Amino acid sequence: MSLHIVVCAGIVPDPLQTLEPVTGLKGPALKNEMMLPAVLDPWSASALYEAADLVSKNPASKIWLVSLGPKAKLQQVMMTIAQKLSFELVAIDSPTTGFADAHATAAALAEAIATIPGLDRSKLLLFGGWESASRGAGVTLQIVGERLCISDQFMGVDQIEMREDGSFEVLERVEGGKHQASVCTGTPAVLGWATGNLPEPRNNPQIGMANMRTVMPALQKAKPVELGESGLLYLSASLPSQQRQTRVVKDMAPEAIAQELVEWMGAE
Amino acid sequence: MPESILVLTHVDETGAILTKASLEAFTAARELAASLSAPLAVGIVAPDATLAARAFAGVNARILGVSGEAFAQARYVSDAAACEALCKAANATVIVAPQSSRLARVAAGVAHRLGGSVDTHINSIHAKTNIEVSRWFYRQRIEAVLTRAARPWLLLLDSGTYPAFVGAEDEIAIEQIKVELPVIRTTVTGTRAPAQNEQTIRPDAKMLFVTGAGWTKKQPDGQVHAAEAGDLILAFLHATGASLGSSKSLVDQGGDGQPVLPFLTHMNQVGQTGSTPRHPKGLATCCHGEEPHVVGWRFIADRRAISLDPNCGWARGKADVVYVADAFKVMAKVNELLGPKA
Repeated sequence: MSLHIVVCAGIVPDPLQTLEPVTGLKGPALKNEMMLPAVLDPWSASALYEAADLVSKNPASKIWLVSLGPKAKLQQVMMTIAQKLSFELVAIDSPTTGFADAHATAAALAEAIATIPGLDRSKLLLFGGWESASRGAGVTLQIVGERLCISDQFMGVDQIEMREDGSFEVLERVEGGKHQASVCTGTPAVLGWATGNLPEPRNNPQIGMANMRTVMPALQKAKPVELGESGLLYLSASLPSQQRQTRVVKDMAPEAIAQELVEWMGAE
Repeated sequence: MPESILVLTHVDETGAILTKASLEAFTAARELAASLSAPLAVGIVAPDATLAARAFAGVNARILGVSGEAFAQARYVSDAAACEALCKAANATVIVAPQSSRLARVAAGVAHRLGGSVDTHINSIHAKTNIEVSRWFYRQRIEAVLTRAARPWLLLLDSGTYPAFVGAEDEIAIEQIKVELPVIRTTVTGTRAPAQNEQTIRPDAKMLFVTGAGWTKKQPDGQVHAAEAGDLILAFLHATGASLGSSKSLVDQGGDGQPVLPFLTHMNQVGQTGSTPRHPKGLATCCHGEEPHVVGWRFIADRRAISLDPNCGWARGKADVVYVADAFKVMAKVNELLGPKA
């Protein structure tokens, strides 16, 4: 079976960095955002690793990684990601942040995917994170799917199992810590991934060197895109007031702590 | 432009009863309609919308339904068509819906088909001169208030942010909306619980019990007591009915070949790359970390922690009370006090 897997993956600030909102010319932004180290969005990374697993089981298949972000940041992130698995990069140069409008982002991604040379849309599995670690809306991938006229979409995916007849089973997260199982007759389909079940692939310098031969030219010819706002207006963006007056209880016996906790749990 | 409000709702797995999140969305939509003096409509997706509509008896709203066996299954192609048809029939400018797995799967696609916009994970809706909504960015680290000029505007409301509507159930007339379904290529075959012995995620529980990596680290005797930790935690969950959350580091340990709690999966993970559940109370044990991880209990109202480090970033300034103690000893005593169920 031959699959054409397109993975939409954004970049986000390293989660361990301190984030502070500031007001820019076009609305909120992050303070010193260009200085913050970036990583591939965690759920999109899960999608990418699942794509690599599918390709390893279906050798005639191929992965395109479509990423929208500032070119310099994309280059920094690709230095790491390119060592993990083989892919062809489609880069879109845009000064995007988590406050950008998902509709405009989706339009730019869909346009880039629609013009990928050699992509057979009848074999297409469109992958991405079900949400991002920046906007966290779960909107972009669905709209990209709609723009590409794909009407089988799955969100919060933790597993895909391809069958010999071309159909596949998908497990999607639903309420109560359960999965909904569905069977789709075949490609094309959209899968927004949650964590999946696969570990992060180990770095392989040989894969990295092979990838970088195509990644660097892709970055150089990355099309600059200015995202519109579709009438979106931010009235405020602020950090929450996190500080609680924590009562620190020291030197209390476990029995006394347990008694206090049980009373607290029983209180309304 | 005068606004008109539609609330999209759907039934639970019984096929006849509206979900709690749907009834919460109705509360929010009704408050919004009242503050704008705008007309209100309700859209129901169900195998038989007439049954589910009984929840809205006596409500001053237009009730629309999409019925049929195709809508017993939560799947993109049929749900998107149903929601699109309901939105077009209601001709609403603002559409409120619950942030359930079912409607979150289709909301953006529906907004695109309608030529509108969508915002998700909404925490509150206010109508002043404009409709303003608040939501979080960067995984619950930055809160923003925003508005949009585009209509229709779909708003997916996080569960637990509004009280669920309770009405007098009775027969009620509804307008059945016909839906032209495209070719259906996806069949839902059922639901599955993760590979574990019992359910530990309970969204409606009064308490979230968060376990950290400290449970599987070496204890004062120099040994790891993962089995004992697992017994203590499960006994506590049995006795209290609490929902179980976990730090990322503890969930990830399974993949690293370290001692694990066998009942934990990534579904239990809270924090930066996990969930941020809403419960009235939360008890964190053996958790350590800073802001990105602590967002896991951002929406817990009353927080207590047991930690050996009084200055731990998980507890200091984030919890209401931190007990500086050995969680093994404390939880053993808690289970004793909770009695035979523990």
